Amino acid sequence: MAFFLETLIAGLFAGLMYGLVAIGFVLIYKASGVFNFAQGAMVFLAALVFVTLVERGVHFWVAFAATSALMVLVAIAIEALVLRPLRNRDPLTLFMATLGLSFVIDGATQFFLGTDVHMLDIGIEDIAQDYGGLFISQFDIIASLIVVALVAVLALVFSKTRMGISLRAVADDTLAAQSIGIRLPVIWRIVWSVAGIVALVAGLLWGARQGVQYSLSLVTLKALPVLIIGGFSSIPGAIVGGLIVGASEALADIYLGPLVNGSVSTWFAYILAVAFLLVRPAGLFGDRDIERV
Amino acid sequence: MTTLQDTLPDTGPAAPILSNAALLRLAVVAAGLVVAFGIVPAVATDYWLSSIIIPTVVMGLAGISLNLLQGYAGLVSLGSAAFMSVGVFSAYNLILRVPGLPLPAVLLLSGLIAAAVGVFFGLPALRFRGFYLGASTLGAQFFFPWLFTNYPWFSNDSQSLTISAPRLEFLGYDLQSPVGRYLFVATVTALLIGLAFLVVRSRLGREWMAIRDQETAASVLGIRVARRKLQAYAISSFFLGITGVLWGFAYLGTADAHTYNLDKSFQVLFIVLIGGTATIFGNFLGAAFIVLTPILLDHLVLAANIAYLSDQGAITNLQRVIFGAIIIFILIKEPDGLSAWIRRGAEALRARPKT
Amino acid sequence: MASLLELSDVSLSFRGVTALNALSFAVARGEICALIGPNGAGKSSLLNVINGVYRADAGDIVFDGRRFEAIRPGKAARLGIGRTFQHNALFRRLTVRENVLAGLSRHGGASFIENVFRFGRDRQERRDFSARADRVIAFLGLDAARDRIVSTLSYGIQKRVDLARALVSEPKLLLLDEPMAGMNQDEKTEMSRIIAEVNRAFGTTIVLIEHDVGIVLGLAHHIVVLDYGRKVADGAPDAVRNDPDVIAAYLGTVH
Repeated sequence: MAFFLETLIAGLFAGLMYGLVAIGFVLIYKASGVFNFAQGAMVFLAALVFVTLVERGVHFWVAFAATSALMVLVAIAIEALVLRPLRNRDPLTLFMATLGLSFVIDGATQFFLGTDVHMLDIGIEDIAQDYGGLFISQFDIIASLIVVALVAVLALVFSKTRMGISLRAVADDTLAAQSIGIRLPVIWRIVWSVAGIVALVAGLLWGARQGVQYSLSLVTLKALPVLIIGGFSSIPGAIVGGLIVGASEALADIYLGPLVNGSVSTWFAYILAVAFLLVRPAGLFGDRDIERV
Repeated sequence: MTTLQDTLPDTGPAAPILSNAALLRLAVVAAGLVVAFGIVPAVATDYWLSSIIIPTVVMGLAGISLNLLQGYAGLVSLGSAAFMSVGVFSAYNLILRVPGLPLPAVLLLSGLIAAAVGVFFGLPALRFRGFYLGASTLGAQFFFPWLFTNYPWFSNDSQSLTISAPRLEFLGYDLQSPVGRYLFVATVTALLIGLAFLVVRSRLGREWMAIRDQETAASVLGIRVARRKLQAYAISSFFLGITGVLWGFAYLGTADAHTYNLDKSFQVLFIVLIGGTATIFGNFLGAAFIVLTPILLDHLVLAANIAYLSDQGAITNLQRVIFGAIIIFILIKEPDGLSAWIRRGAEALRARPKT
Repeated sequence: MASLLELSDVSLSFRGVTALNALSFAVARGEICALIGPNGAGKSSLLNVINGVYRADAGDIVFDGRRFEAIRPGKAARLGIGRTFQHNALFRRLTVRENVLAGLSRHGGASFIENVFRFGRDRQERRDFSARADRVIAFLGLDAARDRIVSTLSYGIQKRVDLARALVSEPKLLLLDEPMAGMNQDEKTEMSRIIAEVNRAFGTTIVLIEHDVGIVLGLAHHIVVLDYGRKVADGAPDAVRNDPDVIAAYLGTVH
């Protein structure tokens, strides 16, 4: 039983990371209707820039601020060079453009900063402690709290501030939002910036656990099943979807893996997502639009 | 607005047995065959055949395969390479386990096996539209490498999990040389292009496009949407399965499950978007772009003689940046893909005699 | 003669908003029945229920002697219910002729293998489809536009292509959702002449939605007035015209 719970908890932690990456997707999807494949590349870029700065002796918070600033610049550049020229194009074209974007970001990051794996210490000890018979790492607990705090802040910002309300207006009806004076380019820049900073947090937590390396970029591939399960337009949905994917992947690996002699974590999430689609096509937290003809 | 009266047909001349357009089409097909089977094998060097022409033709065929699904039927697949790998592993095992099976039968059966797999992963299309479909095909993209590496039976228990091309021969002709492999690829490609044209000009192709343009209206008219979608997955995967055999056996010579990875699937997607959706020949332009760009970038880096870039990793990453940037550039500048160039060229040619 | 279509107590709601409220009426064989009522009265929803695009929450439908609680769009088409759309729902990247051919799908019997390789039942089907499509294209005066891509045509012509696409399969019941929307007076007159001609020449039963009461009174044999998902009046044009409830529902909302 303890083993089951420990597996579950490890899975939930991985799921939290998926969820954190998926939040970046949700923000961008809501504001610009783009399925942003480059979100993983942004996680990798942010983590590698941050770790490089820290290794050169820059103070933690200075490095954090500098990397955040870089992510804002990246967001502004993406809006100007990719999104604006591709306005009103079909979703598949936009998706392909973000694929190209992920090539540019991944390639540039490794071109300038190298391809080595960097260890990242963010000052939280990753040692398992005994909690009434369960061994749980302090790192997992603190990381979870950070994610919860981040989600709470984002939820508050998007429900209470003027910017958040504008964003929801854009998500509901882009044309109507524009007609009442909401400026799309501004919204896009802000949302991509926020997504960049969320990517930084995800990169730090994930990188501290498994090292900062190119494979961070690939976490993006798990976002599609996470979003299908949680719903494409809901931030809590992204987290819950992430937790479901992470936990069931870990459990499937332990209990299903031996039956088929190998790890099933590369593909299990997709099967789960398709199964979810059959039961709840709109995801756990999504709305289903009524078709008009 | 036109009323009934002024839209009445003007009584045109009786159609001749072969119209000018049909004659022109026939001439283009004949010229294409002469170039493909006469001039190219006679002129091209082995390097050109092996490293540029064969991969371009095969990837163009992969683009056609996906274009049937995506460009004509409006369905999404992120797992084209997975269906290619099903084709090549099927072919390998058919040759290994059914001695004496002639090459055309191997190709046909491999295509049919890939088609069956495609139908299975296309089943979610019966319930969802658009991007959601990415999930099941992306699942296929991760499932098949897992299957083929986890169960060594598929690679005949080889230590490295790779499969090697069998001796390629047909009716006693040896197809091992670059020219032989090229003629093999060109023959299969010509047949499949013909098949693709038959498909898109049939009632099936018309109903695919109807579903793509307006699915609700299509179902209201009695088009059997679900059946047509599964047929799209079947036919696209049939093409992809055969393409996978060509890629593994006629181009690379050896293959393993990771030869057909997500990057390859994305390349096929790029070919469709760069070449142009709902075109047949545009795919070869897209494929040429995908095959030639890395080679050109290699030469460029060498020519520029950038000393501090001697690190191969840095060069690879620089290529990645440039490749990504070019993709974005084409998507922005050529919404209809590079096949718009062909169309514009043809229009310019047609316009010249008149002006 | 018995009714071709009979609805009894059909209700439909979206997220708690009632679109149709226990609606009952019948359409006789061979008549032109017009549905009128203000915007949001539930007219389009009603057509969508009849041919299965929406599924009613309650009530049932009898079409041509067969009873349904719910029907799927493809099934409705195969039973002989044709349909045009309020918003442009043509296959925009296909030609006029290809759009019309697509309308014949319910009559196709060949397998896709036969279709692709052009043998067996495909030969007969190809000839038959071609002849039927050309006949309807000529009937609706679309010959000049035959091989044009529909998205390049004017709005009025597109409306006519939509009608051709529905008509070509020779439905028993033809549902027309605002076939004259956005047209000027001449175009409306022309379209209403075509609709009357279709009804007369093919004996097709027609249910149509139209806002222009003047046109409706001249065209329809039978009028059903809806308001807020309920039936306000039902009868011959002359009776409906003088119904006080109808006048009340329309006061200030007539276009």
